[in-house]
Amino acid sequence: MKKFLFVMRHPPQAGLRVRETLDLILTTAAFDQPVTLLFLDDGVYQLQRDQNPSEPPQVAPLFAALELYGVEHILVEAESLAERGLTLADLILPAASIPRTAIAALISGHEVVV
Amino acid sequence: MRYAIQVNAGPGAAQAAQSAYQFSKAALAEGHEIVRVFFYHEGVYHGYAKTRPSAPEDRIVPDWAGLAAQHAVDLVLCVAAAQRRGLPEHDPALGFRMGGLGQWLEACLMADRVLVFGDGA
Repeated sequence: MKKFLFVMRHPPQAGLRVRETLDLILTTAAFDQPVTLLFLDDGVYQLQRDQNPSEPPQVAPLFAALELYGVEHILVEAESLAERGLTLADLILPAASIPRTAIAALISGHEVVV
Repeated sequence: MRYAIQVNAGPGAAQAAQSAYQFSKAALAEGHEIVRVFFYHEGVYHGYAKTRPSAPEDRIVPDWAGLAAQHAVDLVLCVAAAQRRGLPEHDPALGFRMGGLGQWLEACLMADRVLVFGDGA
């Protein structure tokens, strides 16, 4: 049993990568490993509500599976949100905010960081 | 120390894949163990380079197959990632084998450290 932390830093336009990282996350959860997600920098856009539906790819629906797999520790960096004019209410998933100063400790508290 | 290596970047990417190779080579030379090298995202392209590209003088072309042959390193390409990129599901280059995320997770659990080279999401 190891604690996994997945860091999402890129905007949804990264396309395949978001979906493939979600596959890693869901595999890890399916094998009963504790999983934490951290959205940082442009990664916060992956969770943004009301993404333009005419603009592929749509990644927000992919995150719906997280709850099904019991992935609940979802963190978003406070400064990343603020710098992009977003709040937790703009996100499609319930998430907790974490300040930049706490990121280093969060990372060192996990055995596998992807 | 036992390492699991994840390679997300393809052969054309600037630095990441080369760093992964150089690290792996150095670690093995120091007597460490590499549990598995798992190629994901664009990293799967490493498993299809049938011909060695001519290298510019300032770059070393990663010889994953050579490393695998010398140290019996398990090089695994993710089948799903290859399929999504229109790459064949069978017949990867010498030294590589096709696998899935189960192999990735297993390697993460078996290793003392997991190192990821190249961007994720």
